[in-house]
Amino acid sequence: MMETLINSLTRALLRDDRWKMYLQGLELTLMIAAVACAIGIVIGILVASAKVAAQGSGNPVLRALNLLCEAYTTVIRGTPLVVQLLILYSLAAIPNGLTACFIGFGLNSGAYVSEIFRSGIQSVDIGQMEAGRSLGLSRGATMRFIILPQAVKNVLPALFNEFIALVKETSIAGYIAVNELTKMANNIKSRTYDFTPFLLAAAIYLILTFMLTRLQKRIERRFAKSDKDR
Amino acid sequence: MIRTVDLRKRFGKLDVLNGISEHIEQSEKVAIIGPSGSGKSTFLRCLNLLDIPTSGEVWFDGKNITDPRCDADATRRLIGMVFQHFNLFPNMTILENITLAPVRLRLKSKEEADRAALALLERIGLADKANAYSATLSGGQKQRVAIVRALAMEPKLMLFDEPTSALDPELVGEVLDVMKDLAMSGMTMLVITHEMAFARDASDRVIFMDGGLIVEQSSPDVLLSNPRHARTRQFLQRLLQEA
Repeated sequence: MMETLINSLTRALLRDDRWKMYLQGLELTLMIAAVACAIGIVIGILVASAKVAAQGSGNPVLRALNLLCEAYTTVIRGTPLVVQLLILYSLAAIPNGLTACFIGFGLNSGAYVSEIFRSGIQSVDIGQMEAGRSLGLSRGATMRFIILPQAVKNVLPALFNEFIALVKETSIAGYIAVNELTKMANNIKSRTYDFTPFLLAAAIYLILTFMLTRLQKRIERRFAKSDKDR
Repeated sequence: MIRTVDLRKRFGKLDVLNGISEHIEQSEKVAIIGPSGSGKSTFLRCLNLLDIPTSGEVWFDGKNITDPRCDADATRRLIGMVFQHFNLFPNMTILENITLAPVRLRLKSKEEADRAALALLERIGLADKANAYSATLSGGQKQRVAIVRALAMEPKLMLFDEPTSALDPELVGEVLDVMKDLAMSGMTMLVITHEMAFARDASDRVIFMDGGLIVEQSSPDVLLSNPRHARTRQFLQRLLQEA
């Protein structure tokens, strides 16, 4: 029993320096997740701002922008990510699978993050905006100093859910020939003929998401200082 | 000081203000009473443009502030407002609540603003709470801080929208005391209130509103003990029964 385990681990990890392949896969996984996360946050903030600004406004430019943003979230959330990646990968303008991943995962994450931010902004009591405005602060300044800090605190759990999901979803990048962690594990499996490489990949994903959860707890603790002694 | 001309406000199909023309003098303290839904709050919120009037004008300090070319943010700096639910910023300390606007609007340096805020907190007996968060304060303390936060902008006019309605009865007094002090200092004040004792003792004039109109107004003695209109009598009677 013990011997079998050591044998399969040796084959899955040590033979032909296979451990390096996991690291290479992990590198791509992390790169895709990090770039997509950054793109997602930027798009998320912009789209959420447009939606919030358009609310109750008669401005035709804002209304048009709002429609565009609605269409974006509807299409992205309404179609499978794999299909989105396959479409992007087929476009002539996109040079390789990795670029398609950056754009695809980024756009996808942006749609979800924008909804998270929008709900976060709307979760802040309307009285906070009124109090800020009554002091002579502009709408933008009130947003920045009063509403957004409270909104971010409210959406932290949902935001980290999204990032954790994003890390795991990068495992489908293999569909468009990107050698991320899962794809690498699959490559190794085709030589070892057992499922040990997948177990190792699963363990690495678990470590990644566990670290993200720890980070979330730390940030939440920092934000919680204003609730002390409540 | 502030004057309205045929002020009207409609929300969708609902007419909330039906033409209010009123003038409040410098240093005057005016109490506004009336049943809920009578338009008191909307009237107050139109004065600092938190609600934009559907028609009519508001003149403040010789300027038509309902003119779209008038800078609403600049106007609001001069008009303080205190809300029923305090609306302190929970993500900031009490001191930061008070200094945020003066510092961000570059009216004061951080040091000046801190000093002024501490002096104001001293005045209401809450200097020891400067670095606390609002979640640790009682309702009465929150409302006193909210008043001071508005005062830190050195406004010319203070609007109070039912400042004691959300408070436990035993906390009402401390807030009214701060408001009375403020009244003594000569501040121009418009106060929506259900505290008839405050209206009687601290105001120069009481306005009774109903149906989006000013039904009647006069000195507190006359209006509270000898109202002319049946609507006013009815309202005061119900208020007495509830008390």
